[in-house]
Amino acid sequence: MGEPILKVDDINVWYGSIHAIKGISFEVYEDEIVTLIGANGAGKSTTLNTISGLLHSKTGSISFMGKNLAKIAPHKIVDEGLAQVPEGRRVFLQMSVAENLEMGAFTAPSSGIAADLEKVYSLFPRLKERRRQVAGTLSGGEQQMLAMGRALMSHPKLLMLDEPSMGLAPILVEQIFEIIGNLHKAGSTILLVEQNAQMALSIADRGYVLETGKIVHSGSGSELLASPEIKRAYLGG
Amino acid sequence: MAILMNLINGISLGSVYAIIALGYTMVYGIAKMLNFAHGDVIMVGGYMAFCSMTYLNWGPVPAVLLAIAVCTVLGIVVERLAYKPLRQAPSLAVLITAIGVSYFLQNAALLIWGSDPKVFTSVIHIPSQRLFDGQLIITGTAVATVLSCVVIMIALSLFTGKTKMGKAMRAVSEDKGAAQLMGINVNFTISMTFAIGSGLAAIAGVLLCSAYPTLMPTTGSMPGIKAFTAAVFGGIGSIPGAMIGGILLGIIEIFGKAYISTQLSDAIVFAVLIVVLLVKPTGLLGKQIREKV
Repeated sequence: MGEPILKVDDINVWYGSIHAIKGISFEVYEDEIVTLIGANGAGKSTTLNTISGLLHSKTGSISFMGKNLAKIAPHKIVDEGLAQVPEGRRVFLQMSVAENLEMGAFTAPSSGIAADLEKVYSLFPRLKERRRQVAGTLSGGEQQMLAMGRALMSHPKLLMLDEPSMGLAPILVEQIFEIIGNLHKAGSTILLVEQNAQMALSIADRGYVLETGKIVHSGSGSELLASPEIKRAYLGG
Repeated sequence: MAILMNLINGISLGSVYAIIALGYTMVYGIAKMLNFAHGDVIMVGGYMAFCSMTYLNWGPVPAVLLAIAVCTVLGIVVERLAYKPLRQAPSLAVLITAIGVSYFLQNAALLIWGSDPKVFTSVIHIPSQRLFDGQLIITGTAVATVLSCVVIMIALSLFTGKTKMGKAMRAVSEDKGAAQLMGINVNFTISMTFAIGSGLAAIAGVLLCSAYPTLMPTTGSMPGIKAFTAAVFGGIGSIPGAMIGGILLGIIEIFGKAYISTQLSDAIVFAVLIVVLLVKPTGLLGKQIREKV
């Protein structure tokens, strides 16, 4: 499999006195979909935010494409090819759809933005129809598409998605997962954080199960789906 | 004719408030803090222009440019030294620090320039316009003030609407974390906002001192508080709100002085603020953001 493109090695993250991440290690290889599943508060988002540089680990290291991310200023991490679609989408509600996408291309050379916009619009035609509307007027599903499109504008080598299904109707969840599958087929490497373990594991190559800040299981998507323990704890079976 | 005269004076005074209020509202929008030292930057701008004209015999244009440059740097330095270390601190700590910075600037000015008022020579050399057989006089300062205000408003709208940096500012003001995930340098953006706000304060200082030519270390406090009121009146965080709030406040103040009571004019201004906030707590153009889940 060669070298992983993302290697998280023994990170520990605290929120004040709360030890949120307790020595997590995992890898993502090129062209994979890897999922982190677990209940609310297991530390999934904390892990992603640490990788993105919004939070810092007191120990260990995170290397991306062979570079130590701890040595890179948080706002330069996007430049390295790492984009995150944050939990709760966090699109800029008072800015137009097109402006949101432009913000996604903040670090990209301005010459390519027009072409990239067209690419995102062809992926999400709804966004094109609504490109002049402010993002606050979009529905939840459209905002999720916008958040994904915004992340894609930076040409990420690794796309990290934090609970893309959160708060969406089941039909929209299916649609979002279909899009994730298509992005993967088109060559994106994806790190997917989900509470919807069933959906996540069914499209993932590999998965890690987080419980109160620790990885308690790992394996291929199908292995984890079949595991009785995981069925009982996360799949409601 | 007197009403028209008062209206013009009101708009002119209001334009100064509006320019100051822009600084308050931009900084609040982006750093979510009330920079109570903003008014004192006005005073520093006034002294800079005064000193370069009086002691160095500079012309008005270089004097104004110097004032803008010094205040811009001052804004960046104050933010870096006093506010940036408190980025994660409770907002009350930041507020008190801002008040501290305000007193620091006033006392520094007191040490450097003393407490006796300086007489400021107007930087504006536009002749007064006499209309309707001299019944209506519009001073050159009023013309210049209103024009500056309009130019600044247009420039800021273009900046925040069209430029990459301006859009990044709006993104940071909405969601710092998400903005950082886009690769926007949040600290640099905040610095830039302080720089722009303080540069505008210098312009306001020069215009204010040209209209009311006494310069003291406390010159900036009252206009600062009034402009803050204007920013809240218009809806803090909103750039057009600051403009409208400032101009309305100026008009109310002048009309209050002319028709009700000179002593009570400030009370009237603040009473209007209270009424507006009771009816519309977010201010005239304040945005009510509804989260969509």
